[in-house]
Amino acid sequence: MLIIDCPWCGKRPEIEFRYGGEAHIARPADPSALSDEEWAEFLYNRTNPKGLHAERWRHIHGCGRYFNAVRDTVSDFFVVTYKAGEQRPENLGPDVDGASIGGDK
Amino acid sequence: MDEIASITAPATTAAAVSVNPLHALAAASHDVAAARLVPLGPAARLAFRGREAAIGPVGEAFGVALPREACRRAEANGRAALWLGPDEWILLAPGADPAPLFAAIDSAAAGLPHSLVDVSSRSVGIEISGPRAAFVLNQGNPLDLSLESFPVGMCTRTVFHKAEIVLSRVAPETFHIDVWRSFAPYVWELLEEGRRELA
Ligand SMILES: [Zn+2]
Repeated sequence: MLIIDCPWCGKRPEIEFRYGGEAHIARPADPSALSDEEWAEFLYNRTNPKGLHAERWRHIHGCGRYFNAVRDTVSDFFVVTYKAGEQRPENLGPDVDGASIGGDK
Repeated sequence: MDEIASITAPATTAAAVSVNPLHALAAASHDVAAARLVPLGPAARLAFRGREAAIGPVGEAFGVALPREACRRAEANGRAALWLGPDEWILLAPGADPAPLFAAIDSAAAGLPHSLVDVSSRSVGIEISGPRAAFVLNQGNPLDLSLESFPVGMCTRTVFHKAEIVLSRVAPETFHIDVWRSFAPYVWELLEEGRRELA
């Protein structure tokens, strides 16, 4: 079973969690000023990368909190987790942590 | 009809608290010393969420300082405060009348940002104890229940098969499960199934 490191509770099994979509997508401050295309872009279009992806997770059957994770979409390896509101950690390229990425726990 | 009336009665009446969906199952249950199953009695349960300023006064009014460490429970005077999230606790007072307790805590937190909800009748408690208690729980729960990883005094929301539970370790071989009452027979019967080979 995949183990996810909740920033509050520590390492816990994946069935306690729910996926929450891509992280760090800010709702436009003034939606009525946006064109339909811009609004659709905010609502529907995601980066969908092959590789490292910052995403929201919720420890729904645990502390209940949303937090963020950087996960490798190829290997499903969780590179790092961090609390909601914090910046995506820098320097997480595959070349930096290449040895562990793909080495699924 | 009387039974239905008491189930739908307001949460704070003694009648509602005393209706336990596990009593019939427990009466038909066989003793298994390796993993004993017992329904816990009625308790006042208050769900508290609050910002920093409210945490101290609420703990003081309840009589148990709210634990700040993740996944830990604190006990005093037969009451327990369970950390469920960084701003969320369940306050557990076995045998207590929830209404005066609610009033005392609510007035202690007056004016401070918080939410306090009486959830006494929402769930029921189950105690499982014995040398194979952790083994039986692990039939439906994926946590590492060794004493190193899940020590006495730890508590957490987690899952048992497909039901959400709050699991506490109150002694090395004794766990308490708090489960929403409509899921309680499901959890009880799967615990029974898990310990059948130990009979
Ligand atoms: Zn958590």
